[in-house]
Amino acid sequence: MLLKDEVGMLQRVPLFSGIEPAKLKLLAFTSDRVSYSAGEILFRQGDEADAAYVILSGRADILVDSDSGPIKVAELLPNSIVGEIAILCNSSRTATVRATSSLEALRIRKDHFLRLMKEFPEMTIEILRVLADRLSHTTADLIDARSAR
Amino acid sequence: MEPSLARYIWTHTKKQQLWILMIVVLSMIPYFMSFDLPKLIVNGPIQGRGFEQPGATQPFMRLHYNLPFIGEVLVFSGFQLGRKATLFALSLVFLSLVVVNGLFKFYINTYKGRLGERMLRRIRFNLVDRVLRFPPIYFKRVKSAEVATMVKDEVEPLGGFIGDAFLQPVLLGGQALTAMLFIVVQNVWLGMIAAVIVVIQIVLIPRMRRRLIVLGRERQLTARALSGRVGEIVDGIGAVHVHDTSNYERADIAARLGRIFKIRFDLYQWKFMVKFLNNFLAQITPFLFYMIGGYLAIQGRLDVGQLVAVIGAYKDLPGPMKELIDWDQDRQDVQVKYQQVVEQFTVEGIIAPKIEALTIDDPPPITDPLSAISLSIADDGGAVLLDRISLQVKPGETVALVGTATGGANALAEAFARLVWPTSGRVASGADDLLELPEAVTGRRMSYASSDVFLFQASLRDNLLYGLKHAPLTSVTYDGAAADQRGWDIEEARRSGNPDLDIHSDWIDYASAGATGPYDLFEAVRRVLDAVVLSRDILDLGLRSSADLTRHTKLAGRIVELRAALRTRLEHEGLSGLVVPFEPGAYNKEATIGQNLLFGAAAGPELADRALAANPYFASVLRQSGLDRALYEMGMEIAEQAIELFADLPPDHQFFQQLAFMSAEEIPAYETLLQRLKNRPYEAVSENDRAMMVTLSFAYIEPRHRFGLLSDELMSKIVAARNLFYENLPPELQNAVERYDPAKYIAAATVMDNVLFGRVGNNHPDAPDRIRSIVYDILDELGLYAELLNVGLDFNVGSGGRRLTSGQRQKLDVARALLKRPDFLILNRPLEALDQRMQDKVLRNVLEEARRDGHSPAIVWVVTNPAMGMMFDRVVVFDSGRLVEDGTHETLLAGNGIFKELLS
Repeated sequence: MLLKDEVGMLQRVPLFSGIEPAKLKLLAFTSDRVSYSAGEILFRQGDEADAAYVILSGRADILVDSDSGPIKVAELLPNSIVGEIAILCNSSRTATVRATSSLEALRIRKDHFLRLMKEFPEMTIEILRVLADRLSHTTADLIDARSAR
Repeated sequence: MEPSLARYIWTHTKKQQLWILMIVVLSMIPYFMSFDLPKLIVNGPIQGRGFEQPGATQPFMRLHYNLPFIGEVLVFSGFQLGRKATLFALSLVFLSLVVVNGLFKFYINTYKGRLGERMLRRIRFNLVDRVLRFPPIYFKRVKSAEVATMVKDEVEPLGGFIGDAFLQPVLLGGQALTAMLFIVVQNVWLGMIAAVIVVIQIVLIPRMRRRLIVLGRERQLTARALSGRVGEIVDGIGAVHVHDTSNYERADIAARLGRIFKIRFDLYQWKFMVKFLNNFLAQITPFLFYMIGGYLAIQGRLDVGQLVAVIGAYKDLPGPMKELIDWDQDRQDVQVKYQQVVEQFTVEGIIAPKIEALTIDDPPPITDPLSAISLSIADDGGAVLLDRISLQVKPGETVALVGTATGGANALAEAFARLVWPTSGRVASGADDLLELPEAVTGRRMSYASSDVFLFQASLRDNLLYGLKHAPLTSVTYDGAAADQRGWDIEEARRSGNPDLDIHSDWIDYASAGATGPYDLFEAVRRVLDAVVLSRDILDLGLRSSADLTRHTKLAGRIVELRAALRTRLEHEGLSGLVVPFEPGAYNKEATIGQNLLFGAAAGPELADRALAANPYFASVLRQSGLDRALYEMGMEIAEQAIELFADLPPDHQFFQQLAFMSAEEIPAYETLLQRLKNRPYEAVSENDRAMMVTLSFAYIEPRHRFGLLSDELMSKIVAARNLFYENLPPELQNAVERYDPAKYIAAATVMDNVLFGRVGNNHPDAPDRIRSIVYDILDELGLYAELLNVGLDFNVGSGGRRLTSGQRQKLDVARALLKRPDFLILNRPLEALDQRMQDKVLRNVLEEARRDGHSPAIVWVVTNPAMGMMFDRVVVFDSGRLVEDGTHETLLAGNGIFKELLS
């Protein structure tokens, strides 16, 4: 896959949809193109967070450790981004991501990502929106869980 | 040191000074003979005196003397020669006198020069020898650059002066006196006039020069201070940048330079003023001769012939006088410089030479306890660091010194290491005062490391083994020219009062490291490096550097085996995809186009980096294989893409790290170039511009940059070009490149590149780490681990060790202290730069390593964290310069003292 195809993919990621293609191309160029085969780990829960990943092709599971072993909490599909939250709050990884098929991704380094956020407010707002969205989902889930008790 | 320069010179060179004086006197004979000869030639054969009759002959080389009482003695009656023959004979004598005079001059100058250089060598050595014996406190007050400039520059003029020190006044004084006498003989009154003027010169000029001396001293001091400041700026450059004080430094330097300028200018003015006066006085004498002598002649009281003779004789007086006065000026100048330097190097409490005397045999182990007896130490400002401490460390005991930063534990450790001297009380080893023991005992049987590490600009190995180089242990046998050279070295060293210790001897004291020679020393080195957890860092350095094949033959010999082992291992672990190996007949997609074309490591500047595209032979290969145009177009494409991506970014943007093709500064140049070339046909583009564009393509890696510029056809063309390149490689480029050969070690490439013999894929972020640990495993399996460590030890640590991190420096210092297996190991907060966990680990390792093989040295460790005290036999607690607690870890913990407080 070439740089210009990657730009096309990035445009389909909601987070980046508001950014002009030239900047997306820069983002793609400065990111590393990485590939994994099925079963390989992109990052582990507890690792230091140094990058976010945009899945270009293939699938991966998001797993969280528990007493009874890892639990799958979500599945990643192409055009999704993962690992961006841990970059933002300087925390370690909150989950493990494991490829379930052969997988191609763009690895955006932490400093690059932060630099982009500084330079493109539209991207920052988009991230905020996603975060707020997740928060409201989580809140709703919490309410559901409490009322079910 | 001798405070008077004249006496210093006389003491060391009197024989030579007398010898050269004798030679000079001897040289006068042919010199005066050559004066007389022209007259003989002109009057005799040329004008024909004595040859009036045709066929007349004259005796040549007739030797006869008129001796008193004996009368005329004829030694040799001479040859009878005709007019022409006499002319030739006399001319040849003239020529031979010219040669003889020249040879005398040559000998005298060489002799004087050598004399001066030897003295200079002696003085410089004396100075450095004193630096090596200065008491520690002195170094708190001087700047290293000032000492260096004294040794190097300030004594330099002495060398030129020493040859003339005694010769010149004797010679010139003699000449001046002769001329003076001649004048007096001609006419007493005129002689008196000349004498009065000379006396005025002799009295007045040196008086005026006093100011010159003062200025000269100031010049020396300001120049020395300047070099001290420059040295300080260099050493403290970090602080300058951090605090934005570069302009303050500029102002300071400019002010100093201004002052130096003023002093120097004053000096010039005054110097020329003196010169003017001197010349004036010299010229006033003939004026008086003409006036007074003329007046007397008119009055008839003086013979005209006498007057002419006096004036004629006077012309020989000012020359020597002037030179004599110049000599005196030199003397004063040099004397001032010498005194200045000697004053600086005359220090109270200098260490006696016997303390540092060369000792070949290792002293016996120290079996006496080390004790501080009522020891007080105050710092430079008088603050008390230690207050009447008494403490004894028994052999084999391990003691943790605990305290606050001002507690005094540091000072005690430094006193044990003789780095600070007691203000009162003493440090003793058994009954002997520690300061009276030779360094051969304290430097070999005790060792010291602190967080304040000094490393020399040399390899890691040299720094590590530095602590073992006490004396030349082997006598090297030289033969042929080397033996002559060595003989000369020894002879000259002795003549200049230098020691003739052989620097090429093996200075390493293997026995003290527990080894028997260079071969098993490495085991000891490896153990101490492991103990301080430095081996891994050094292995990394080794992997990243290129090995010196003359020393590390094992690596090169087994490279094929190594590469095969790596392949097998990667395949075995299913990681083959991580590395794409170089294959002579295939394109390596993970390598740049440039690497694929050259398929070798540039071993010289001709084919390295940017020079590659511009190299005429390389360009011709590209043309022949039809790549020139393709790569040019590719370069244009890359330039366009790169500029599109990066043109808007500020030059310091971190994204530029990702741009392998060009630097941020080059973007505008490429932008204009692109504009200019865009619609121009390829044929019309100049060679230079083509090379600029082609260069861009050389950095391209398809999987990484993903511009989609590489086709199968292009790849096969590149492989073909590669072969073409090597087929016709011209002889002058043979040594500029080392071709990648699966069966050969490539000396110009790093060890890592040699083992990999390929490129790590770009699409696995953790591939480099994984591969590195696999490489270490393989090296270990093949028994090459030590070899790689050895390569890493070649790493040059840079000025003051600055190419290492401070943690690495501190570890190295501890390793160095550990390596000599001392009886007393003093460690003064040695690992401050490391985190606590690492400090604990190193502490544990060091305690274990120090006691290996039944050794049981006493260990005194000033710990940074009281909890570390647990690992020692005994804990001593300091507070505000006093020893407050002393006992085992348990007892102190059980008590309710300061130790417990410090722990919590």
